[in-house]
Amino acid sequence: MDRLMRLFNSERKQAQAFTWGDLIVVFAIVTVLYMGVRLAWDAPPVVRAKEISLAPAALPWYTALSVGRMTAAYILSMLFTLIYGRLAAYHRRAEQVLMPLLDVLQSVPILSFLPVVLLGLSALLPEGLAAELASIVLIFTSQVWNLTFAWYQSLTTIPKELREASAVFRLNAWFRFKTMELPFAAISLVWNSMMSWAGGWFFLMAAEIFTVGQRDFRLPGLGAYLHEAANQENVTAIAWGIGALVVTVVLLDQLVWRPLMAWTERFKVDMVESDTPSASWFFNLLHNSRISRWFSETVFGPLMDRLDRHMGRAVPSDLVFRNGAAGRKWLDRTVLLAGLGALAYGVFQAVLLLITVPIGEWMQVAVGVGATLLRVAVALLLALAWTIPVGVAIGTTPRLANVLQPVVQVTASIPATAVFPVFVLILIGLPGGLNLAAVLLMLMGTQWYLLFNIIAGARAIPQDLKYTARLIHLKGWERWRTLILPALFPYLVTGMITASGGAWNASIVAEHITFGGQTLAAVGIGALIARATAEGNYPLLLAATLSMILAVILINRFFWHRLYQLAEERFRME
Amino acid sequence: MTQPNLLVELKHVQQVYGGGERRFIAVKDVNLIIHEGEFVALLGPSGCGKSTLLRIITGLQRPAEGRVLYRGEPLKGVNPKAAIVFQTFALFPWLTVFENVDLALKVRGVPEKIRSAKTLDLIDRVGLDGFETAYPRELSGGMRQKVGFARAMAVEPELLCLDEPFSALDPLSAEALRGELLELWTGGAIPTRAILMVSHNIDEAVFMADRIVVMDKDPGRIVATLEIGLPHPRDRKSPQFQAMVDQVYSILAGQTQPEAVELGTAPGEPGFTRGLPHIYINDLAGLLEHLDGLPGGRTDVYRLVDDLGIDSDHLLRLTEAAELLGFARIEKGDMILTDLGETFAEARILARKEIFATRVRRVPLFRWLIALLQASEKQRLKWQVVKTALELEFPPEETERQLDTLVDWGRYAEILVYDDDEETFYLESAYLGASQPQP
Repeated sequence: MDRLMRLFNSERKQAQAFTWGDLIVVFAIVTVLYMGVRLAWDAPPVVRAKEISLAPAALPWYTALSVGRMTAAYILSMLFTLIYGRLAAYHRRAEQVLMPLLDVLQSVPILSFLPVVLLGLSALLPEGLAAELASIVLIFTSQVWNLTFAWYQSLTTIPKELREASAVFRLNAWFRFKTMELPFAAISLVWNSMMSWAGGWFFLMAAEIFTVGQRDFRLPGLGAYLHEAANQENVTAIAWGIGALVVTVVLLDQLVWRPLMAWTERFKVDMVESDTPSASWFFNLLHNSRISRWFSETVFGPLMDRLDRHMGRAVPSDLVFRNGAAGRKWLDRTVLLAGLGALAYGVFQAVLLLITVPIGEWMQVAVGVGATLLRVAVALLLALAWTIPVGVAIGTTPRLANVLQPVVQVTASIPATAVFPVFVLILIGLPGGLNLAAVLLMLMGTQWYLLFNIIAGARAIPQDLKYTARLIHLKGWERWRTLILPALFPYLVTGMITASGGAWNASIVAEHITFGGQTLAAVGIGALIARATAEGNYPLLLAATLSMILAVILINRFFWHRLYQLAEERFRME
Repeated sequence: MTQPNLLVELKHVQQVYGGGERRFIAVKDVNLIIHEGEFVALLGPSGCGKSTLLRIITGLQRPAEGRVLYRGEPLKGVNPKAAIVFQTFALFPWLTVFENVDLALKVRGVPEKIRSAKTLDLIDRVGLDGFETAYPRELSGGMRQKVGFARAMAVEPELLCLDEPFSALDPLSAEALRGELLELWTGGAIPTRAILMVSHNIDEAVFMADRIVVMDKDPGRIVATLEIGLPHPRDRKSPQFQAMVDQVYSILAGQTQPEAVELGTAPGEPGFTRGLPHIYINDLAGLLEHLDGLPGGRTDVYRLVDDLGIDSDHLLRLTEAAELLGFARIEKGDMILTDLGETFAEARILARKEIFATRVRRVPLFRWLIALLQASEKQRLKWQVVKTALELEFPPEETERQLDTLVDWGRYAEILVYDDDEETFYLESAYLGASQPQP
C-alpha cells in the first residue's frame, strides 16, 4: 500500500506561475502541431488494422508486443532524460529554456497529440509502422517528463561538499557520473520509472485502440484485444484480457520494480539506518544465488574495472577554470535567433491555417472546451465525494487498510483505458448517453490519484493533534473543519492537480467511442478532436488541439498554481 | 616569489557577488602567505568569508579579483597538490570505508595492487582497521571524519585543507581527533607540507595552529595575524594559553564604541548600515542573567563559552546584540553588564519588553522601518517592498535573515506586527500616527 501511495503521490507535479518562457514553449508546441497537421494532409483516408484474434492462445504474444512497446519507449525516455537533465542542470542558459519547457510539457494533455502524431506519421510511413511509432512516441511523452525532472532535481541537489570532494579528489566526468550522480539519483529514478510505467500503460492502451471513421489504427496488443473483445461482447475474452493485464502488471512489479527498489536501498543518502527498508523476495533470491555471485565476480566486476580504467584515461579532466570565449557567445546568439525565427515562421503558418477555420467551428471549440471542463470538474467532485471519507477511514484505521489493501492494489493497477470498452458496454444504457458516461470514464482514470493522496494525508496527521482534538472534545463537523480538512489540504491539492491532468487526457478517448460498428460522441473538446480527425478537417483539428492545450495550461497556471501555493505556505506541516 | 619554502600566496584577492547597486563584497583585499611547515588557522565568525577563502586557495572557486599563486605559479584550476577534509565529511554514502579511500587513488590511475595495500595501510593508520567493509552510515561522526582524513592523506597532498573538520562532531571525538591529527603532523608521519584549517572555534585554533589569521565580517577581511609560538602538546590551563585565547576574543569581540558608532546609520543614509545580529531575545536574556549573577557583573568573554555551553560564534553574536542595545560593554576582552543591562536582567517580563522596546527604537534599522511604515499609505507595507529596499544594503540571503530578525525583535518589543497570511508589516497601535517615537 505504501508503495502504491507513493506512486500516486506525484510530489514533483507542482504548478508554476506563468512566465515568458511559457510563451515560447506554447509557440514551440504550436509549431510542432502545425507541422504534424501539415503532414496529416497526406495521410491515407482509409486505414485498416490487422485482425485481432480473441483466442486466449494469442494473449502471450499480444502481451509481449505491448510490453515491448513500453520497453522501447522507456529506453528512449531514459536516454532523453540523461542528456536533457544534464544539460539543464549544468548549463545555466540552457536551464532557462529547458525547465519551463519541461514544466509545460508535463501538464499538457498528451493524448490530444495522438491524432496529429498518428496521422502525421501515417503520411510518412507504412501504416503499421506509423501506428507502432506513434504509440511509442506517445508512451515516451507520457513517461519521460517526470523522469527528466527527477534526474534534473537529483543533479541539482547533490550536496555542495560532495561535489567539491569529487573535484578536489579529481573525479572526471565518468567517475562523477558513476560514483556520484547516478547513485544519488538512483532511488528517485526507480520511483519515477515505476510511475512512468503506470502512466505508460494508460497511454499504451489508448494508442492501441485508436479508431476514428475510416481509419482504424488498432495495433495487435493487449489494449486492442480488450477493445475487440468488448466489441464482440465476448465476456470470456474480456476476462482473459483483463487477467493477462493484471498478471503482467503484477509480474513486472514483483520481478523488476521491487527488486530494483530493494537494490537501490543502498543509495539512501541520509546517514541513519532506515526502519523499514524495501524488501523483495526475488531480489533476495537473486542476491544470494551462486549464479549471480559468480556473474558479479567473474563477469561484471572485471568488466567494470576495465571500463573504469579506460574511462579514467579517455575522459578528460575538466577541473580547470573555464574562460568565457567571445566566439561561443556569438554562436549561442546565432542559434537562438535561428530558433526564434523558425518559431515565428511556424506560428505564422499556423495562424494562417487557423484563420481558415469558420467562426461556427470556433464556437464549437469554445463549447467543447467548456463542456469538457465541466465534465472534468464533475468527475473531480464525484471522485472527492467518495475518496475523502474512504481515504480518511483507511488512513486512520490500520485494520481497514489491511483488509482493503489487496483489493485496492489490484484495482488501481489496471489502467482505466484498458477497461474503457468494457465499461462502455455497461454505461451505454444509462440515460444521457455518452455525455454522462464520459464523466464516469474520466472518473475511473482519476480517482486513484485522489484516494492515495488522501490516505497519505490522513496518515500524516500527527498523533498529538489527534489526541488534542479528542481532549478538547472536537467532534463531527468541527473536527473535520479544524483538524482533518486543513491537514489534508496539501495532499488534496496535489491529488487534484494530477487527477485533473488525467481527466483531460481521458476526455480524448472517453468522449468519442467507436463501438460495434457505430460511433458514439458526446459534446466536448475530446469528441471534437476525434471528429476532426475522422473527417480530415485539419484546420479544425489544429484549432481544437491547441485550444485544449491552452485551456489546460491556463487553468494550471492561474488556478492550480494559486491553490498549490496556498497549500504549501499555510497548510504544510513541518 | 623566490622564497623556496613559499607554498601559497594570495595577492589582493577579492570576492564579489551581485552587480551594480547590489554589489556585495564577500572577501575584501586579502593578502596571505602560507609557508612550508606551517599550520595556519583561518578564524572568524560565520559569514566572514573564511570558507570562501579556502575554496579560492584550493582552486574550487575563482576569485573575482587578485592573484592566487601556488609555489609561485598562478593557479589554473583545482589544485592537484591539495586535499580537503570537509565539515560534513563528504563521503559517498554508497561506498564502504575501503571504497571511499580507494576511490581517491583509483581516479589517479594507481594500479590496483599498490592501491589496496596503500588504502589498507591508511585505514590502519587512522585506527579504522576492522571497519573496511562498513558503510559510512554505520559509523559514528568521529569515525566518519577519520575516513575523511584517510581519504585526504591517500593522495599525499602538499597542502592539507581542513574546513571546520571538528565542528560536526561531539566534543569527545572532536578532542580525540584533534590530538591524533597533531600527532601525525608534528611527528612528520605524513608527507603534507602545510595545513590550513578553517575554524570558528577560538580555543581549537589556539590549541592547534602555529599562526592564526583572524577574519571579521561586513566585509570579510583579515583583521589580525597572531603567531602562537607555544610548544606542542599545549596545555589549555596554562596562563600563556589562556592569555592567547583572551587576546583573540578581544580582537573578535572588539571594544564597545561610542553609541553613534555602535548603532551605525539607517538604510539609505550615508555610512555603515548595521545589520541586526541573529539571536533570540530569550538567549540574550539568559546571557544577561548569567552576567548579573557574577561578582561585579563582569567576566572574560572567553570564559562564557564554557559557562553557558554555547559555541564562540553564537557567543559573539550575543555579545554584539548586548552591545548594540547598550546592555553590556566590552573592554579589553572583558564583558561588563551596564546599569541598563542589570535592570533588564532583574526585571519581570513586561518591564523587560518595555526596556527592550525603548532600546530597539534607537537602532537605525528599526527607526527606518517605523518611519517608513508611518509614512506609507494605510501604514502598511508588504514584505516584498521592505525586502527590495533592504536588498540595497545586504546580500539577498542576509536580507532574508535580517527581515526574520526584525520580525522576531519587533514582535518581542510589541512594536511591529507581521501578518504572515497577508505578508504585510504594520505597527502596533501605540506607534500608529505618532509623529516620532519617543526617545
